[in-house]
Amino acid sequence: MSEKILARAAGVENASAGDILWVDVDMAMMDDILGPRIGIAEGLKEFGDRLWDEGKAVVISDHYMPPANIHQAEIVKFTRDWSKSHGVDNYFEFAGPCHQVMAEGGFVRPGEIVLGTDSHTCMGGAFGAFATGVGSTEMLGILVTGRTWLRVPETIRAVWRGRLPSGVMAKDISLKTIGEVGHAGATYKAVEYSGDTIDGLPMDERLAITNMAVEMGAKAGLMRCDGRTREYLEERGITVDENRVSFSDADAEFAETYSFDAAALTPVVACPHEVDNVYSIDDIPETAIDQAYLGSCTGGRLSDLRAAAALVKGRKIAKGVRFLVSPASVPIWKEADLDGTLATLAEAGGTILAPTCGVCVGLHSGILAAGERCISSSNRNFVGRMGSKDAEIYLGSPLSVAAAALAGRIADPRGFIREGI
Amino acid sequence: MKAKAVIEGRALKYGDNINTDIISPPQYMELPVSDAAAYAMGAVDPGFAEKAGTANIFVAGKNLGSGSSRETAPLTLKYLGIEAVVAEFFARIFYRNCINIGIPAIECADAGRISEGDELEVDTAAGVIRNLAKKESYACSRIPAHISALIEDGGLIGHLRVEKEGRK
Repeated sequence: MSEKILARAAGVENASAGDILWVDVDMAMMDDILGPRIGIAEGLKEFGDRLWDEGKAVVISDHYMPPANIHQAEIVKFTRDWSKSHGVDNYFEFAGPCHQVMAEGGFVRPGEIVLGTDSHTCMGGAFGAFATGVGSTEMLGILVTGRTWLRVPETIRAVWRGRLPSGVMAKDISLKTIGEVGHAGATYKAVEYSGDTIDGLPMDERLAITNMAVEMGAKAGLMRCDGRTREYLEERGITVDENRVSFSDADAEFAETYSFDAAALTPVVACPHEVDNVYSIDDIPETAIDQAYLGSCTGGRLSDLRAAAALVKGRKIAKGVRFLVSPASVPIWKEADLDGTLATLAEAGGTILAPTCGVCVGLHSGILAAGERCISSSNRNFVGRMGSKDAEIYLGSPLSVAAAALAGRIADPRGFIREGI
Repeated sequence: MKAKAVIEGRALKYGDNINTDIISPPQYMELPVSDAAAYAMGAVDPGFAEKAGTANIFVAGKNLGSGSSRETAPLTLKYLGIEAVVAEFFARIFYRNCINIGIPAIECADAGRISEGDELEVDTAAGVIRNLAKKESYACSRIPAHISALIEDGGLIGHLRVEKEGRK
């Protein structure tokens, strides 16, 4: 699938793993933290101070939203002013984490090359796009030329078959896959997720899986475009260009194949300080928590908030626990408000925050002190990521986060499940 | 600035999985690189910024630079005087970022044999690291041709500049 997408973008008949191709970029995404401010604005001046195609650039201020101090406010102002003065109409702020804004905005389409200055750009692979993260200098080169070089990756296949049991979510699929492949097991490679489990998931849940492909070192996390993909995009006014839709052939070669039985999956948790340090939640010893974070581009979508709300409805979070909720975008925030999801979460003791990257990456809105422990529905548990280097981060599904908020310790959400979820 | 084919100097040595959150802690990314550099590597080695003044070759184990795409990680190393990074293998975005800002990123299966403070000669053209302290030599990756042009021009932007102005 990567081979076909990259060959099309490079204008060649065929491509094989290992080929280095110069490809045309369909969409270039920049955020505030690693966007124009990191050498891009300054460097572009040398090359005419114009983008190759303003319509193919999207700039999203999300990490420093809302700004927590003067440094952050200045960075957002710079990003906003630069976008305006360079004709980038697709500038967003107070909108949500960039990858969700890209998905909802219809900026990621099947078969396209989408590059962004954030490593979780790989989330867009759920649309059958070749989406990956790049550094700021590389982005500058793209803004000047509209092109970059990519090595066609080998592909690892992760096949999930069967029906997920109650209380187990796509996030558990994501973490389980990473646990098996390892945090560097897919370095330089693409990971293609397939099987009837994946086919049966709504887009919200698929995105939680491809979002974390980079946590295996992968360049891209791919899923094929199907009826659900088309429906999601059509709801957002995008008609899929069928000429660009690519599938892996029946006889496609894979570097490795991992097979998983979804029916046998339990809720899992990634323990500090690596994302592949994954255990079944049954095997985690008594672990008290100070903070439970439900949010981010990985775990703050509508289905995540609704699942957590159903779990905590009519219950109260444990005394002393901070339960922070950040819907992953403004549309999600509004919908979760309208249907009562946010009220349910708040009633249980949750604090509803703005859509932001701030908590996940320890910039503001929920920083951890030394000795504190957090369970989070986000995507990284590296040492020091959410604040103090002496804090601990456990990654789990939105349901596992909600269960921990209620119990005050890491807890199996299946013990809290009632009818209807 | 032309890249050197042979980089001589002293090693700073770290282990596996030195990710970009460690090299460039997110809490300080709002500062200019020159100010944020004081906090580089803080989670594993709070004295890193000072030590980097005495050594210029950053050596680590497996999976160097995993995680975020933040270019502030190699930019910080460059600011602190690091001229080459050596690891058993790299995370891919960090690898590209190093190359794009003109720091040779060298894969070496024997990186684990190098100790902190060893005097090294990293020959990126020949694909060999000579450890003068231990009197050993290790095979390492050569920089591929299409990438060495980039590094020789001082990184991607230097390369684009040369392409724009014509090679002299």
